[in-house]
Amino acid sequence: MSLNRRQFFRKAGMVTALGLGGTFVITGLRGKVEASEYETPQQGLVAKRWAMVVDMSKFKTEEDYNRVIEACHSVHNVPDLGNPKDEIKWIWNEDYEHAFTSQNNRYMEENVKNHPFIILCNHCENPPCVRACPTEATFQRPDGIVDMDFHRCIGCRFCMAACPYGARSFNYRDPRPFIKEIDPDFPTRTLGVVEKCNFCVERLEKGLMPACVEKSKGGLIFGDLDDPKSEVRKIVSSQYTIRRKPELGTQPSVYYLVGGGDLV
Amino acid sequence: MFERALTGSRRYWTWVFVLLAVIAVGFYSYLKQYSYGLGLTGMSRDVSWGLYIAQFTFLVGVAASAVMLVLPYYLHDFKKFGKMVILGEFLAIPSVIMSMLFIIVDMGQPLRVFNVILYPSPHSMMFWDMLVLFGYLVLNIVIGWTTLGAESKGSPTPAWVKPIIYLSIPWAVSIHTVTAFLYAGLPGRHLWLSAIMAARFLASAFAAGPAILILLCLVVRKVSKFNPDPGVGAIQSLVKIVTYAMIANVFFYMLEFFTAFYSNIPEAKAPLEYLFVGLNGHTRLVPFMWTATILAFVGIGLLLLSSTRKNDKILPLALVAIIVANWIDKGMGLVIGGFIPNPFDRVTEYVITYTEIAVTLGVYAIGMLLLTILYKVAISVREQKET
Amino acid sequence: MYKGGRIIASLVVFVALLSFPFFYNIGKSNKGPVINLNTPAIQQLAVKQCVEPVEWMRANHMKLLNQWREEAVRNGKTVYINSQGKSFENSLQTCVNCHFDPASKESDQFCVSCHTHTAVNPNCWSCHIWQKQAAQ
Repeated sequence: MSLNRRQFFRKAGMVTALGLGGTFVITGLRGKVEASEYETPQQGLVAKRWAMVVDMSKFKTEEDYNRVIEACHSVHNVPDLGNPKDEIKWIWNEDYEHAFTSQNNRYMEENVKNHPFIILCNHCENPPCVRACPTEATFQRPDGIVDMDFHRCIGCRFCMAACPYGARSFNYRDPRPFIKEIDPDFPTRTLGVVEKCNFCVERLEKGLMPACVEKSKGGLIFGDLDDPKSEVRKIVSSQYTIRRKPELGTQPSVYYLVGGGDLV
Repeated sequence: MFERALTGSRRYWTWVFVLLAVIAVGFYSYLKQYSYGLGLTGMSRDVSWGLYIAQFTFLVGVAASAVMLVLPYYLHDFKKFGKMVILGEFLAIPSVIMSMLFIIVDMGQPLRVFNVILYPSPHSMMFWDMLVLFGYLVLNIVIGWTTLGAESKGSPTPAWVKPIIYLSIPWAVSIHTVTAFLYAGLPGRHLWLSAIMAARFLASAFAAGPAILILLCLVVRKVSKFNPDPGVGAIQSLVKIVTYAMIANVFFYMLEFFTAFYSNIPEAKAPLEYLFVGLNGHTRLVPFMWTATILAFVGIGLLLLSSTRKNDKILPLALVAIIVANWIDKGMGLVIGGFIPNPFDRVTEYVITYTEIAVTLGVYAIGMLLLTILYKVAISVREQKET
Repeated sequence: MYKGGRIIASLVVFVALLSFPFFYNIGKSNKGPVINLNTPAIQQLAVKQCVEPVEWMRANHMKLLNQWREEAVRNGKTVYINSQGKSFENSLQTCVNCHFDPASKESDQFCVSCHTHTAVNPNCWSCHIWQKQAAQ
C-alpha cells in the first residue's frame, strides 16, 4: 500500500465529490415533469401598475375604518396578539400627525392632528424592502405589487429596517393560537417570517377586488394607474392627493384624497 | 498543529470548562428561543433588531482590525509587529465566526439560512456581507494556519501565501464597509443614513479591535512564556493606532451632530436626541450614551498623555474605557437608536431580556473558546521556539 | 499496532451501535402505511386519477409541489396543465380538496400517514390548513 494518509484523504474527497455531483445530475433529470405547463388564470384581474386611492371623505365613523380592517385581517388570517410588541397588522389606523410626519404644523387643531388615516403597505414603485431582501422572499411583481413568498423568508428582518413606512410585521411567536377563526383558503404564517399587505393578489387572481376595497363602500378605490381611463388614474391626475414620505423617492402607490369632501 | 491545544495546564482546562458551561447555558437559552420564537427577546415590531445585530456589527469591526497589524507589518515592513501579527489574525477568526453566529441566532427561520446562497440577490447588501465575511474567514484561516505551520516546522512561509496576505488587507476594509452599507443605504432611518457611516465604522473598529488585541497580548504575556512584545515597543505602537482611530471616531460622531443640529432637520435630530437627552420622555439609553461619551474622552486623554500611556497599570484601564465606549456606541446605541423614533415618529423602547443576554454570552463564550484554542496553538509554537 | 486493543474494541462498539437498528428489526414485517383514498371527493370522481399518473406522483410529488409553489406565488401562474392536457389550480388546496377525509382524524389523513411512516416531516401544515373542520 503506497497511498499515504494525506493522499488517501485527497482521493477519498474527490470520490465523494464525484458521487454527490453524480446523484445531483441524476435526480435533477428525473425531477422533470413531462409536457406540463403553467398559465395565468383567465378570470384574473390584470394591470400594469396597481394602485389605491383612499378617499378620506368616505371614512366618517369608527365603523367605516373597522369594517375594512376586519375584512382584510379575517381573510388573511392575521392574528390578534393583543400587545404592541408582537403586533401583526396589514392595514390599520394612524392619526394624521403620525401618518404624515413631515406635513404638520403646530397650529393644527387637535381634531385635525388626530384624524385617523388608513395605513397599509404602499407597494412602492422603488421598494427599499425588495432591495434589502437577501433571498428575494420579498419581490416586486410585473404589475407593481410588492409580494412576499413566505416559504423563502429567512426572518432576517432587513426589510423591516428598510421600510420607511412601518408596513411590515414579524412573527415573533406562533400566530395560530391568536387567530379568531382560521380561513382555510389562505395560509396562516409560521413562526419567524415577516408579513405585510399583499394587495390581495390571491383575490385579484380570482377576479375579485381586494377585500378592504370590497368592504369600503367606495372609500378605497383600486385600479390600474397606468390606464388613463381608470378611476384611480383620473383622481390622481386631476384632484389633490397626498402620499406618505414622497421625498424618499420610493413612489408609493397608495394615494390619499383629502380634498374630496369635508375632512373633519 | 492542533494537538498543541489538547495538552495544557490545569488552569487552561479550567478556563475551557468554564467556557463550555457558559456555552451550554447559552445553547439552552437558544433552544428556548428557537421553539418559542424571537418573542423571547426584547425586539418588537418597531425595534426589529437588537442586541444580536448590534454584537454582529461590533464584532465585524474587531475582525477587520487585524489589518492594523497586517498592513504595517507586510506592506511597510514594520518589524515590531512581527510577533503579534499571528495573534491579530487569530483574533479575526473567532470574531468573524461570532458575528456569523449572531446573524444566525437573530434569524426567524435559521434552517433556511442557505436560501441566501440558493437565491443569490446582488441587490441586497446582506448578500454581499455574507460573501465578504465568509471570504475573510477563509483568508484568515489560510494565512494564520499556514504561516504558523511553517514556523512550527522551522521552514519559511510558503511564497503563495504572500498574495493572499496582500488580498486580505483591502478585504478587511471591505467587510466593515459592506457592514456599514447594511445601514447607510436605508431611506427613512436617519441615524444610519449618513455618508460617513463606513468611515465611522472603520475608525471605531480600528480603535476597539487593536485595544482588545493589546489586552489579549498582556494576558498572553502573563499566562505564558511567550512575550508578543519583548521590549520592542509593539504595544506602544499599537496604542498610537488606537488613540488616533478613536480620535477620528469621536470626530466623525461630532460631524454627525453638526449636520443634524445645524441643518435643524427634525428627522435627523430625533434619534440623536433620543440617545443623548431622551425623546418624548423616553430616556432608557441616555445614561449609557453619556457613559460611553465620558469613557471615550477619558480613554483618549489617558492614551494621549505619555505618562499614563506608558504606565502598565493605567494603560489597560484606558483601553478598557475605549472598548466599552465603542461597544456601547456600536453594540447598542447605533442599532437601537436607528429604530427610534419609528416611521410614525413614535417612540417604542427596547427592553433587553435574560434569554437574549444568555444567548449573547453563549456566542461570546464560543468565540472565546475558539480564541483560546487558536492562541494556545500559537503560544505553544512560540514557546517551543523561545525555550 | 499502537494501542491496537483499544482501537479494535472501539471499532467493535462503533459497528455494533451503527448496525443496531438492522439487528433490532430483523425478521419483523414492514406493514407500510395505511393510505386512505376513501374520501368523499375521490369517491365522486369518475376517473380516479391524481393530477399526474400515480407512479410518477409517488416519486415526484414533492418536486411538483415545489414547482407549483414557485409558479403560483412568484409568477402568478395559478393554472397547471398536466401531461394529459387537463388543467388544475396549482395550489396545495387542490390536493387537500380531494385527499382530505372529514371522517378521519389528523394522523390518518392521506399525507400525514405516509409521511409518518417514512419519518418525513414536511412543514406545509405549519401554515397551510387541511380543512375548516380540521382547523378547529
